[in-house]
Amino acid sequence: MKFDWHNNRDFFGGLMYIVTGGAGWWIARDYPFGSALRMGPGYFPTVLSWMMIAFGIAILMMGVKNNVKIPGNWSIRALIVLPLATGVFGWMMEEVGFLPAMLVLIPLSAAAGREFKLVEIALLTVGLTILCTAMFIYGLGLPYPLIKGMWGY
Amino acid sequence: MELFNNLVFGFSVALTWQNLWFCFVGVFLGTLIGVLPGIGPLATIAMLLPITFNVPPVAALIMLAGIYYGAQYGGSTTAILVNLPGETSAVVTCIDGYQMARQGRAGPALAIAAIGSFFAGTVCTLIIALFGPPLAEVALKFGAPEYFSLMLMGLVAAAVLAGDNITKALAMVVMGLLLGIIGTDVNSGMARYSFGVPELTDGIGFIVIAVGVFALGEIALNLGDPEERVVFTNKVTGLMPTKKDLKDSFWPIVRGTGIGAFLGVLPGTGPAIASFSSYMIEKKMAKDPSRFGKGAIEGVAGPEAANNADAQCKFIPTLTLGIPASAVMALMLGALTIQGIAPGPQVMTQKPDLFWGLIASMWIGNAMLVVLNLPLVGLWVMLLKVPYRLLFPAIMAFSCIGIYSVNNSAYELYLTALFGIIGLAWAKLDMPPAPMLLGFVLGPLMEENLRRALLISRGDPTVFFTRPISLGFMIATVLIVVVMVLPAVKARRAEITDPAMPR
Repeated sequence: MKFDWHNNRDFFGGLMYIVTGGAGWWIARDYPFGSALRMGPGYFPTVLSWMMIAFGIAILMMGVKNNVKIPGNWSIRALIVLPLATGVFGWMMEEVGFLPAMLVLIPLSAAAGREFKLVEIALLTVGLTILCTAMFIYGLGLPYPLIKGMWGY
Repeated sequence: MELFNNLVFGFSVALTWQNLWFCFVGVFLGTLIGVLPGIGPLATIAMLLPITFNVPPVAALIMLAGIYYGAQYGGSTTAILVNLPGETSAVVTCIDGYQMARQGRAGPALAIAAIGSFFAGTVCTLIIALFGPPLAEVALKFGAPEYFSLMLMGLVAAAVLAGDNITKALAMVVMGLLLGIIGTDVNSGMARYSFGVPELTDGIGFIVIAVGVFALGEIALNLGDPEERVVFTNKVTGLMPTKKDLKDSFWPIVRGTGIGAFLGVLPGTGPAIASFSSYMIEKKMAKDPSRFGKGAIEGVAGPEAANNADAQCKFIPTLTLGIPASAVMALMLGALTIQGIAPGPQVMTQKPDLFWGLIASMWIGNAMLVVLNLPLVGLWVMLLKVPYRLLFPAIMAFSCIGIYSVNNSAYELYLTALFGIIGLAWAKLDMPPAPMLLGFVLGPLMEENLRRALLISRGDPTVFFTRPISLGFMIATVLIVVVMVLPAVKARRAEITDPAMPR
């Protein structure tokens, strides 16, 4: 089989390991290595980075030999929307409060899917927000203000 | 009689109203999660961990354990009714369980799965009670070299038995070990791989990685390739298995329990391996192997007993040695640490209520599962009809609240988002994340014990081979690799020597 790097699963997998290991080794050069008797903070990470690079090369070779493609489809939309929703939730929890954070998180997450039915999502958002407020804020007593700046918070 | 006294003491702890309630909540949530495909016990326990911050340690552990074995249980319901494994451990149950359902025998299949799991649960409760204390006794004699060798064995076993590609699994273990280094070095106080970010000097939270990879990454993966779910709509009728069913299932259940218990004690192996082994053995032992795959009740009974036995026996190394035997067990130990209890062999003597209460609660939980599941099958079937597009925003909501409540900071959520992306990449590149998680947890412990061991031996690495217990673990490690690699080597040799293969 002729080697083809496009979408080559193990080629990119191996590359990822080599880069990770290389970066790990590069950064660990600044840490005292020590000796086997008295290991410095750099000993363990350096050894692991070498192992990482070795595994990376082995897996990359697998890719060159077998040319297995990355299976399935990518949902670029989910890849962007889901982490974004997570981050926005964190930011809103600190800045605006629990209720608005939930009211944004749920429809935003739902937008990662292919189907988005407005009424359904609205019902889900309201229902889940009520459930989570009852469970986490009142039931478990987590100390988060429902809306920041209101009711004396 | 000490065993008897200990168990009575355990039941006196587990039977308090509070602990019974938490046990119930645990098995109920666990079943719920188990029934739903696409979210595993690992992500669930990770996101529900914060709930346990405010409850006493015994109740917290009882609930988390309940989620764990409840999920195994719920997974088989989905396997039988929908032909989709609700959990990875239920993959094998799909084969004959679904066929039974198609023949209108969903009821007996569910019932035998319940009976098998309950039997396995009962036996394993006794096994833990019997072997836990002597093992903890031995573990108290462990020094740094023994701990290092044991952890090495666990990690290698996890990698070798996890996936079909050993190289990738081992590479993921190393990835986990490297991720575990992030943070402040205990010996020198030096911040490693923190990139100048003050929050990173405390290291990355285990929950952050678990939820990021197993909840967020998993959702992103599922949204890329939506799968069709065909719910078995016929009503489940006639739960009672016939006398013949019970007779046919008896020995498979006993054998399955044995296999599960044996594999369960080994660190690193998962319940999927136990149920798979049990299925293979039943198929080999059957008088008429052709019945398998066409609704043979033995193919449900054995594997279901095996995966439940495995799940419970995982508590033996976890509780007695303080070493997580699987990624889920690592979360359990994390819960202990959060409660201010250092995991290790001393837990049993210093916190007997925790140890014996937890064991007794497992038996009670298993009994609850039988009662809970069989009459409530209708409810689970309804739940299976909830479309994924409504399910995943709910998973997101619970995950995010869970993560935020760990440190009450948005920073953890940013990291989770990052690990969601990394998790998707790993899944696409065929990198198994479970060994990584185990490596991540054991990493700091391993480095610590390696340093200490070499300090004791004045830098002589043979210390791992001269101390008998440590040598035993090392030999076991090599054996695991050799046994698992051999068939692959054989296959490759056959490939090379095959004249039909183009050179």
